Amino acid sequence: MRDVIKMVVVLGLICGIAAALLAGVRMVTMEKIEYQELKFVKGPVIMEVFKGCTNNPIKDRFKLKYNEKEINFFPGVFDGETNVVAFETQGSGFGGDIGMIMAVNLENDTVSGIGITTHKETPGVGARAKDSEPFKNSFNGLSVNEIIRVKKDGGKVDAVSGATITSRGVCEGANLGSEIYKNLKSDILAKLKEIK
Amino acid sequence: MSIVKEFTKGLWAEIPPFRFVLGLCPTLAVTKSVETGIGMGLMLTFVLVFSNILISLLRKIIPPSVRIACFIVVIATFVVIVELVSQAYAYPLYQKLGIFIPLIVVNCIVLGRAEAFASKNGVVASIADGLGMGIGYTISLTVLAAIRELFGAGTLYGIKIMGPSFEPFTFMVSAPGAFVCLGLILCTMNLFGKAKDM
Repeated sequence: MRDVIKMVVVLGLICGIAAALLAGVRMVTMEKIEYQELKFVKGPVIMEVFKGCTNNPIKDRFKLKYNEKEINFFPGVFDGETNVVAFETQGSGFGGDIGMIMAVNLENDTVSGIGITTHKETPGVGARAKDSEPFKNSFNGLSVNEIIRVKKDGGKVDAVSGATITSRGVCEGANLGSEIYKNLKSDILAKLKEIK
Repeated sequence: MSIVKEFTKGLWAEIPPFRFVLGLCPTLAVTKSVETGIGMGLMLTFVLVFSNILISLLRKIIPPSVRIACFIVVIATFVVIVELVSQAYAYPLYQKLGIFIPLIVVNCIVLGRAEAFASKNGVVASIADGLGMGIGYTISLTVLAAIRELFGAGTLYGIKIMGPSFEPFTFMVSAPGAFVCLGLILCTMNLFGKAKDM
């Protein structure tokens, strides 16, 4: 009996100390890891969406709450004015969630670019959406006040051929992005003023 | 055995993974380039040294019947620390090593040293053992990776070595190439110093 108690106590103590230690390390590194992820995973996509901006959108990022969830916003400065804001959104594709970055022009409320960060689409089929310029460019200039659809469904987006489900998923993400933008626009503008 | 001997045995006489042929999974997977090879070696060295220290300190407290569970908890803790720190400070390396960082937990070398050495010896000897084994492993991975990267991609640590007429021998960077390469190194090592009977 004594052996059993000793076993439980020792193993329990070791696990407890290990858990406490890991919680500490996690807390210390959390912010740094988030920054690294932004820099190496989302960063290239953000820079692609913000071609020609004169600031560092990742450094200037801020967070806003939408539906209890914190979303990162990245301001883009063009011609000395912060007139574009990009943020994370997501749609559901063929193989799972599609993580997206969507940039919206603050002056006329139109999409100025989308990019795909993470996805689980079929290689060679849905995965082509990530790098397909004609597909991504067909979102540019669409208003956030209209529902974004692929041409097949009566919209204006050129779907990636053979990957309708993925294309619809990206449209869904863009529509969610429009919702987020419309609901938070006043907060975004207030935040941008504050930063200035 | 003296402390020096505990340290140096990991560098030649018992150098992992060649002498024991343990922990082959990461050995074959991460030696496509020198950078990942060294990275993996250093991470393993860290885990090995600290798990050896802790297990050696706790060796009189841990009941024999749950020792493996205790060892795994200790090892896993250090592996997660390595994973988080590499994620925070060396993200590109973390991306390249991917799943093989968490898999250090089940690397036979770490558990093997804990069971065979640290649980029976003092702290100082265990540090020497862990450091020797870790550095030995790093050297092994670096040598293996250098050969594979040089012939498979024509580069060394990402720097181009071979001339423009060089045609990459892609077999070397595939998994079977790793096996062949490992076998050839093992063969060369046995030529110069026969492995002890084990």
